[in-house]
Amino acid sequence: MSGVDLGMPAFPDAARQAVRDAQLRHNLGRATNTIRNKRAAVVDELDDWEQLRASGAAIKAHTLSRLDTYLEQFESAVTAVGGTVHWARDAAEANRIVTDLVRETGETEAVKVKSMATQEIGLNEALASAGISAWETDLAELIVQLDEDRPSHILVPAIHRNRSEIREIFRREMAGSGTPAPTDLTADPVQLAEAARHHLRDKFLRANVAISGANFAVAETGSLVVVESEGNGRMCLTMPEHLISVVGIEKLVPSWRDLEVFLQLLPRSSTGERMNPYTSVWNGVTEGDGPSSFHVVLLDNGRSEALADEIGSQALRCIRCSACLNVCPVYERAGGHAYGSVYPGPIGAVLTPQLYGVESEDTASLPYASTLCGACYDVCPVAIEIPELLVHLRNRTVRERKGWFDRLSSTAMRGLGWVFGDSKRLGRAQRIASLGGRLFGRRGIGRLPWPLSRWTDARDAPAPAPESFRQWWERNRTGNGDER
Amino acid sequence: MKRPSRDAREAVLGSVRSALAGGQRGSTDSIPREYSGKRHVESLPDLFRERVAEYRAEVRTTDSSEAPEAVLGALEAAAARRVVVPEGFPARWSEPVAERHDAFGDSPRLSTAALENADAVLTTCTVGIATTGTMVLDHGPGQGRRALTLLPDTHVCLVAASRIVDDVPAALAELDPTGPMTFISGPSATSDIELERVEGVHGPRNLHVVVVGDV
Ligand code: SF4
Repeated sequence: MSGVDLGMPAFPDAARQAVRDAQLRHNLGRATNTIRNKRAAVVDELDDWEQLRASGAAIKAHTLSRLDTYLEQFESAVTAVGGTVHWARDAAEANRIVTDLVRETGETEAVKVKSMATQEIGLNEALASAGISAWETDLAELIVQLDEDRPSHILVPAIHRNRSEIREIFRREMAGSGTPAPTDLTADPVQLAEAARHHLRDKFLRANVAISGANFAVAETGSLVVVESEGNGRMCLTMPEHLISVVGIEKLVPSWRDLEVFLQLLPRSSTGERMNPYTSVWNGVTEGDGPSSFHVVLLDNGRSEALADEIGSQALRCIRCSACLNVCPVYERAGGHAYGSVYPGPIGAVLTPQLYGVESEDTASLPYASTLCGACYDVCPVAIEIPELLVHLRNRTVRERKGWFDRLSSTAMRGLGWVFGDSKRLGRAQRIASLGGRLFGRRGIGRLPWPLSRWTDARDAPAPAPESFRQWWERNRTGNGDER
Repeated sequence: MKRPSRDAREAVLGSVRSALAGGQRGSTDSIPREYSGKRHVESLPDLFRERVAEYRAEVRTTDSSEAPEAVLGALEAAAARRVVVPEGFPARWSEPVAERHDAFGDSPRLSTAALENADAVLTTCTVGIATTGTMVLDHGPGQGRRALTLLPDTHVCLVAASRIVDDVPAALAELDPTGPMTFISGPSATSDIELERVEGVHGPRNLHVVVVGDV
C-alpha cells in the first residue's frame, strides 16, 4: 500500500464544493460533450470496433494472468538493449529510486512528460523535498503546476480552467520558474500556447534529465510507447542525456503486434482522433540518437494486491483513455477534484480504493460515486465492467469495514446498504425515492447516516430529485443517440 | 551506477505470483483477433492525402520527376532558408534544394543550437498509414535521428505512394521494433485550453507532406 498522504477531502465534501462552482460545471459540460461527440464519430467509422475492443480486453486479461512471466521477459529485453530495470513495491520506494537516479547525474532539475503513475506516487513533491525541481511540460500540466493546483481530468488536466484564468496564471507565475509570459499576452489560445512554447523551450534544451511514464511496455521487445499530442513527450524522450521512466506493472502487453489493437483503440477513445499527433517508441538506448542512459522503474504500489481480487483486477486493464469520464453524469456534475485521487471518474472510483485500500473514508466512499448507469462500460475500449466492479467494491467495503457497517443501527440503513449493493435494486429504489421526494416535498427526507448522508449532501439534494441521474441519463442517451 | 535492489524485485514478483496462484493462466492462442487485419481501400494514396489534410497539414501530390519542384514549393511556403537534409535522403530530390537554400546534413553531428537555428528539415518516411493519415519514421537513412524532425519549425516529409498501407496492423508488420520510431499524424497540437485546437506547441508547427506517386 502506498504511504502517500493524498491530503485530499473525501468525495462527498469535495463534490459539494464543486457542484456549486458554476464555472467548473460549465467548462466540464462543454468539454465532455465535445469529446464525447468526437469519440462517437471516429468510433463509428470502424465497423470492427467491437472486435477490436474484445481483443483489447482479452490481450490485457491474458497479460495479467501471466504477469510475472511477462515482467521478467520485459526486464531481460530492456537489459539486453542497454536499459536498467528497477522494481518498486510502493510509492516511497519508487520515489527513492528516482531521486537517487537524478542525484547521481548531479542535476537539480528534470523535465517531465505527463504521467499518471508519477502523479499517483507524488513524485514531484518527493523530488522537491530532495531539492530537485521537476518541470511538467504538458500544457495543461504546466497550467496546473504553475497554479499549484491539482489535475481534474486524465486527459485534459486543466479542464476546470478557462482561457482568461490561464492567462492570469501565466502572467502571474511564469517568471518565477523561467522565461516570463509576454507582457501583452491575451487570452487567445494561440497566444497562450505560444507563451508555453517559449517558456518550456529553454527548459527542454537545458535539461539533462527527463522523467516519463509509458502508455505501453512491450514484453517481447522491451519497447516503451508514449502517445501524445504536443511534442513535449518527444522533447523529453529525445533531448536530455538521461531518461527515467516510471511504469506501472499493468502497462505490459506481450508482443509488438498487440499494439496494432491498442494504437487503434486508444486515440479514438481518448481524444476522438483517428490517430494522435505523435507516438514515440523506443528501446533501451540507441547510439547517437537520444538519451545515453535509460532506467525503467516498474511500479507495484497496490497493483499486485488488486490482481488478487478476481473481479477487481479487471480495473488493471485500463489504458487511461478517459472515455468513461466523459460519459459519466456524476463526473460531469462533480468534476475530477471531487474524487480526491489522481484517477477521477468511473475508473477512479474502482481503481483508487484498490490501490489505496478501503480503510479510509475518502477511498471507501468512492464506489458510491456512481449511478451505475453503465455508460462507462459501453465506451470502455477494454470492456471493463465498471458497474459490476463498483457493486463488488461496495460489498467489499461493507465487509472489510465491518465496524462501520455494524455501527449502522437502524434496519432501514441495512436495507439501504442492500439497495446500494445492486444496480437493479438501486434503480428501483431511486424511482421509489423520487416518488417520496414528490410526496414529502424538498425537506421530506432527513439526513441519513454515512455514506448516504454525505452523498445526498454533496449532491445538494436533500430529497431525491423527481428524476434520478439514471433515468435522466437513459432518457437523454436514447434521445440523442450520440453514444453506442 | 545504482544497482537495482534484488529484494524489491523478488517482493514484487512474489506478490504477483501469489495473487495469481491457483488462477487460470491464459494462452495467447485464445485471444480473439476477429478485427479486420486489412481494410478495403479504393485508393491508398487518395485516402492518405485526404486524412493527412484533415489534420491541417499541407499535402502535395507529384511524380518523381516533379518531386523537387514540390519540395521547393513547400520550403518556399514556409519561408525556410536553412534546411537540414539528413544523410541518405535521395540526392535527386535534394539537389535543387541545395542550389536555392542553405542546405546541410547532420555529419558531423549538428549542435542543438544549430538545429534550433534551422528553419526546416527534409525527410522521407518508412511507412504511411492511409486510414489514420500517419507517417512513421524509423529514423533510418533519409530520416535522421529523432531531434532532426523535432526542433526545426517546418518538416517536409516525402512519402512514396508504394509505402502507403491501409491501416495500423499492416504498418506494424512492416516495422522493425528494435530501434526508436516516431508516428506523426499532423502537426503538433494541443486542445488543453477550453478544448480549442491550436496547432504547434513543441514539435514542428508546419507539416508539409509530398506524396510521390510513382515510387
Ligand atoms: S476504464 Fe476504460 S474507459 Fe475508463 S479510462 Fe480506463 S480504459 Fe478508458
